[in-house]
Amino acid sequence: MFVALRDIRFAKGRFALMGSVVTLITTLVVFLYGLTDGLAREATSAVSGLPADRIVFGAPPGAAPEVSFGDSTLDDGQIRAWRRAPGVTSAEPFGVAITRLTAGRAAADRTATSVSVIGSAQRLRPALLTGSAPGDGQVAVSGSVARDGGLRVGDRVTLGTRELTVSGVTADRSHGHAPSVWTTLATWQGVGHQRQPTALAVDGPGRPAGAVAGTTKAVPVEDALDGIDGYAAEHGTLRLVQGFLFVVSALVVGAFFTVWTVQRRPDVAVLKAVGASSGYLVRDALAQALVVLVAGAALGGAAGAAGGALASAAVPFELSAATAAVPVAAMVLLGLAGSALAVRRITSVDPLTALGAGR
Amino acid sequence: MSAASVPSRKVVLSREAVLSMEAVKLTYPDGERRLTALDEVSLTVAAGELAAVVGPSGSGKSTLLAVAATLLRPDSGRVVVAGADTAEMSAGERTALRRERIGIVFQQPNLLPSLTAVEQLLVVEHLRGGNVRAARARAAGLLESVGLDAGRRRRRPHELSGGERQRVNIARALFAGPSVLLVDEPTSALDHERGARIVDLLAEVTRTHGTATVLVTHDRGLLGRADRVLSMRDGRLD
Repeated sequence: MFVALRDIRFAKGRFALMGSVVTLITTLVVFLYGLTDGLAREATSAVSGLPADRIVFGAPPGAAPEVSFGDSTLDDGQIRAWRRAPGVTSAEPFGVAITRLTAGRAAADRTATSVSVIGSAQRLRPALLTGSAPGDGQVAVSGSVARDGGLRVGDRVTLGTRELTVSGVTADRSHGHAPSVWTTLATWQGVGHQRQPTALAVDGPGRPAGAVAGTTKAVPVEDALDGIDGYAAEHGTLRLVQGFLFVVSALVVGAFFTVWTVQRRPDVAVLKAVGASSGYLVRDALAQALVVLVAGAALGGAAGAAGGALASAAVPFELSAATAAVPVAAMVLLGLAGSALAVRRITSVDPLTALGAGR
Repeated sequence: MSAASVPSRKVVLSREAVLSMEAVKLTYPDGERRLTALDEVSLTVAAGELAAVVGPSGSGKSTLLAVAATLLRPDSGRVVVAGADTAEMSAGERTALRRERIGIVFQQPNLLPSLTAVEQLLVVEHLRGGNVRAARARAAGLLESVGLDAGRRRRRPHELSGGERQRVNIARALFAGPSVLLVDEPTSALDHERGARIVDLLAEVTRTHGTATVLVTHDRGLLGRADRVLSMRDGRLD
């Protein structure tokens, strides 16, 4: 890096400009990463937090089962078949519905919010922060619902058209961007006007034989997330934007180093003439790119994480080491790939041009 | 030493001869025919000898230098540098030979714009895989010996005069302790007085460093310090 570092020091302005571009793109990508993970958490945490290996979706006889919480229903026969299937150690039905939760007795105090109501056995529910598990006619609300609605154990709330008592407050979970509230399957059926549960949470590797095999579909929990309305499209769109930003970044870095390499051709010719190998010069140029990328991406990662932490009060933002580290590492690697394409031109520089060549 | 090392294809040269070119021929494609740039050129230069090659533009002087520097492969003939026959050398071996045995003083002082005067020399040490920190004092001493005072050593090329840049160029060419010094029109960017001083310096370093020096120029007024003057015309050396 003898020449690389001195070039950076000499052409500070140009490298600072390039570093700033890398910083800005990384900031944007880290922020998008955090937002994507935050939105994903809001859309999926109720399902992804289920203590199960697989989720089973069902369809009526004659219909093909789809991975969709909106379309799936399971009848008693299907549930029994899964519970009896060899290898299956547990098969718990649960129901999912989106409805409105209204809290407050006096009209002036009344607040309404959209919630996802999940009816299930206690085993599938998240840990209670306070209170007790809901029985029939009761509901355990997520911490965010309790905070936003000022709810405490023993308060009365209206879920859809049914009035229920708050029995406890659970850890935060949500489904389809609606915070979750948990109740019994029987109460859920009344609230959601449903006769059959939505899906099964299954442990164990087996599956039933016969007709039920054709009317149910089991997928790992992570694949079941695609069955949440709008999640796959939303997640896919954000990932696509991230992908484009990575490609743009690689192209911008590649374009910069292409121009830089072309400008350096006379210097490269001199270095070759005095005995520098192409390998030495390519390593030197890549090291130069690495310095710019690591500095720019690290700064951008820090800025994105800091910005996200500030914005997390207003938007869903999942901040973790991976949230920042993955896009920062990807920016560096893709930028390096872009610059590698550019600096390969070094190998074609003829040292002969240093002799008698005007500069 | 990094990358390829200087090969050991030793050839016995005449006493003290360090650079030997024998019946070297080089042609260039020019449409459907080929132009002869070097026509059966033979040249032997001994250690501590300054051989000047003069001739008009296009006579083949720079081509002669490029072949001696292993930057061009001749069509036929033999080029031996410091006892190593360059004919069968790979590109990596020729690069290593330039790094270790050949110093080149370019027509324009082709210095790297981002490096200070002393770093222009240290980069040569870095290319050789040596200890750059330990070489700093030697580089400063060499710059002083070519007439660049201490205050100028930390300056970049654009902060030096043309004559100072050429002195740095000469010091860089000498830094690795080459056996052969190839000098291409060293005074082309200088006035006559400063040009004469540079040629005097080249004659002096040839003696003190014991290099076999080939100086290519079109300025016959600067040849008083050369041990031998050879004339080149149409690719032939007289």
